[in-house]
Amino acid sequence: MHAIEKILAEKAVKESVHAGEIVNCDVDIAGINDLYYQTVKSFYEMGGEKVFDPDKVILFFDHYAPCATEKQADNHKKFRQFTNEQGIPHLMDINEGVCHQLMADYGFSRPGQIIVITDSHTTTHGAFGAFGTGVGATDLATILVTGKLWFKVPEVIRINLTGKLQPGVYAKDIILYIIGKLKADYGVYKAVEFAGPVLKQLSVSERMAMCNMSTEMGAKTSYIQPDEITMAYLAEHNITDYKIYETDPDYVYDADLTFDVTEIGPQLAAPFSVDNVDDLTAFAGLHVDQCYLGSCTGGRTEDFAVAARILKGKHIAYGTRLILVPGSRFVLKECLEKGFIQTLMEAGATLTAPGCAACLGIHQGLLAEDEVCVSSTNRNFPGRMGHVKGRIYLGSPASVAAAALNGKITDPRPYLEGGNEK
Amino acid sequence: MKTVAEGTAYLFGNNIDTDQIYPGKYVELTEMEDIRKHAMSGSEEPDLATFFLPGDIIVAGTNFGCGSSREHAAMTLKGIEVGAILAESFGRIFYRNAINLGIPAITCKGIHDLVKRGDKVRIDFTTGEITNETTGATAKAEPMNDYMMGILQNGGIKPMIRKMQEEKKNQGK
Repeated sequence: MHAIEKILAEKAVKESVHAGEIVNCDVDIAGINDLYYQTVKSFYEMGGEKVFDPDKVILFFDHYAPCATEKQADNHKKFRQFTNEQGIPHLMDINEGVCHQLMADYGFSRPGQIIVITDSHTTTHGAFGAFGTGVGATDLATILVTGKLWFKVPEVIRINLTGKLQPGVYAKDIILYIIGKLKADYGVYKAVEFAGPVLKQLSVSERMAMCNMSTEMGAKTSYIQPDEITMAYLAEHNITDYKIYETDPDYVYDADLTFDVTEIGPQLAAPFSVDNVDDLTAFAGLHVDQCYLGSCTGGRTEDFAVAARILKGKHIAYGTRLILVPGSRFVLKECLEKGFIQTLMEAGATLTAPGCAACLGIHQGLLAEDEVCVSSTNRNFPGRMGHVKGRIYLGSPASVAAAALNGKITDPRPYLEGGNEK
Repeated sequence: MKTVAEGTAYLFGNNIDTDQIYPGKYVELTEMEDIRKHAMSGSEEPDLATFFLPGDIIVAGTNFGCGSSREHAAMTLKGIEVGAILAESFGRIFYRNAINLGIPAITCKGIHDLVKRGDKVRIDFTTGEITNETTGATAKAEPMNDYMMGILQNGGIKPMIRKMQEEKKNQGK
């Protein structure tokens, strides 16, 4: 069996499971985002009275933090009432940040767990060897009522990464390159495992970016076998209670692919789909109106570090704005302690509250018609960040900072020749 | 669950994401009467909700409903009373959301090229037979797994779980 199958088998109380089988599994963490008050409505519509286990439920006020409309505020108000009534101890209010970053910061995300959140990028938790998957409001309500959710055991695609990353090239570039080759529906209904020697060059932060983006090839979940890098991260966060599963040597993958990263340079996904990927150099010189550094994909401390490195002692171009959205209050605090935020603000950046912000076109940095944005986020669909004709180019945090510096799409590598240490 | 759907088809391409089906700015809405008004409003048929008739059919290419987990994307189509969604393939979360709400989301390879906007299309859910009544072309739906079929036959997952909860309570008495 694959490690993912072993997780599903254990949580379904079965000896073994196989791809294609439907299993009903106990869920370790059920996360609800503030976009989906429908979850609470569905819970009551299903006859729910008390949630299955308040300690396993987390509410995240991330997409609307802080509220921009009365309707959003009303939804928050009703959610707060629900958490009080249900005795749910974990309410991540508007001061906290994006759910996936908080899951890591608080140590909720750990190997061997089934993590289900009402957010499509829940694949992020594969970076910790967890089974993380996104669902809709009513599926989450099913968990609130029963503590369980059904899954079809997925086939697993293994992506082996070999070679050596060039300076100025990051996990985001690699995953964009892969999505560009495999396309947006390659992994639909399947699990994607990342493996190979390049993982040893990737921090937990970088691994999270990679697993996060596996959603953009349709994956149900992603997986990285926990190793000494994972364990060091967990130890730093005082996490000792977890179980690591190993894939059997005779497990047969649905597909076993290898990408040599040595020749891969900075990548951009051009409008209007995440698989519309080319070398950044193909777009070099294009005027940029907005640069966006943030989100569950590219809003971690390391991401701010590389931007600060590129922009230290310089100023962003006239006519271009740079919006900073730290992934969580922990990220913001660390970036303040390390001076990254100060450096970026001296360079002309605009700081906003930790959260999802403009990534999905809610608030804090929407685009006007025909404006161009280079963004470290995960989607560039029509209308994703404001006007339906706003043009989003997805890239690494380094590519975002380089674009802000020059007001046009710029290869970040000349600014990072000393290597990727941040 | 109805055994047959029949209606006018509206055609969409590949990778129609949930931002096109239901733009993020409307996700704060919680009432169906509001949610239904914005069906497909981020797509190339932004006014669909104004002329879509109950029972009409959406036909799409691959990966329909990819992107966000927002259930609003399925809810808005439920709100305009879509008869069925026929696609070459579906985004995973959208697919679950649709079935959970009792919307027949039917996978059918090659369907996109068999239908033009405005064609009359008929689907027999029991046989999986799909007929383009305008051109006479036919296709066969891919079979759905029994668990999902069970949810659809219960009218969605809410009635199904509610029934299970009531049975549990009655057993406890």
